[in-house]
Amino acid sequence: MSALLTILRRDLAMLLPGGRRGGTLLPLLFFLSVAMLFPFAVGPDAALLARTGGGIIWVAALLAAILPLDRLIAPDLDQGFFDQWALRGISEEAVVFMRVIAHWISFGPPLMIAALPAAALLGLDGASLRIVELGLLAGTPGLAAIGVMIAALTVGLRSGAALAGLLMIPLAVPLLIFGAGALATGGGSGIALTGAISLILVAMAPFAGGAAIRATRGG
Amino acid sequence: MDRCQISATDIACRRGERLLFRRLSLALESGMALQISGHNGLGKSSLLRILAGLLPPFHGSVTRQGAIGLLDEHPALDENLPLAKALDFWRAIDGGDAEITPMPGVEALMDIPLRFLSTGQRKRAALTRLFGQRAPIWLLDEPLNGLDTAAIAACVAVVEDHCRAGGIAIIASHQPFPVADLQVLPLADFAP
Repeated sequence: MSALLTILRRDLAMLLPGGRRGGTLLPLLFFLSVAMLFPFAVGPDAALLARTGGGIIWVAALLAAILPLDRLIAPDLDQGFFDQWALRGISEEAVVFMRVIAHWISFGPPLMIAALPAAALLGLDGASLRIVELGLLAGTPGLAAIGVMIAALTVGLRSGAALAGLLMIPLAVPLLIFGAGALATGGGSGIALTGAISLILVAMAPFAGGAAIRATRGG
Repeated sequence: MDRCQISATDIACRRGERLLFRRLSLALESGMALQISGHNGLGKSSLLRILAGLLPPFHGSVTRQGAIGLLDEHPALDENLPLAKALDFWRAIDGGDAEITPMPGVEALMDIPLRFLSTGQRKRAALTRLFGQRAPIWLLDEPLNGLDTAAIAACVAVVEDHCRAGGIAIIASHQPFPVADLQVLPLADFAP
């Protein structure tokens, strides 16, 4: 158990904004750029922005989640960390689960904070902002789980990073439908379903990711 | 050191469509050292990974008693951290409270991030990580690559001490490894 906490601490030191694997602020800046560019593109129609703003924030969050994929698993696999963990009896599943947690902490809460200025840029009212924030809280763990899973699945492939981005989008569609859909229906059930999908993804990610990492060793 | 043992029975290894070796058996007890020799591409590294349990053999089985320490071309140390911090990570995982005795020449490198180290220095750092693990069974893949004469002598001495203390060392190397009572297994004999 203490070994896993050590691994989680290392993961956080790498992935948190300002962390040592670099590029950790990129998703946040990307997210804010989309929220900033959108009003320029569609014009200063406050009613239109307020109506579509919540959806834009969700799309921006999803796209921002794609950016760190190539840094999640590949460097540790290349440097032999997973082999050394396996020799010490630390399963790939446990390591992947720690990484989902670390990845979520490093991009979920920062994204929720960045959603505040984004909501101001898009002119969202308080009620919509509340639903967006709750939806992100329920949905970002799922996005983190998909991200780690996809990173593990594509790690052995050439041009895996580009493929990872493409693979992530369809898997994230259910989260987007219910998370952004909660804005139209006024919250409640949509957020609950987003949370349910997130839980399934978080439960699935360690097993899918662990098996994918083991598969890179064979054959 | 606890008694340790590793044995392989009738193993074969296939990489892609190619059979690398077959009908290989070995058995080592506490205190024994074995060199797997042969030129590049015979499957020395694959054999070590099979013995470590990281690669399933195409045929046959491996039994081991005791923890495995593996040294291969990946140091498994964080590139951007000063070496001392990178080693601390593994010390925390391996649960060793005592100071690790570093390889000679490593003390001076403790403040330098790994990415600035040369091939030989990285190998010394990786050896230091291996010592800290205190595993009874050592699997060393080309341990002497990139080391200078003094470091080679130190590395050989450390392996000798390890075996004298009851450990097992299996060394895959194409160059001679001058350790006492070394058995040699030419991998070419098992090529199909």
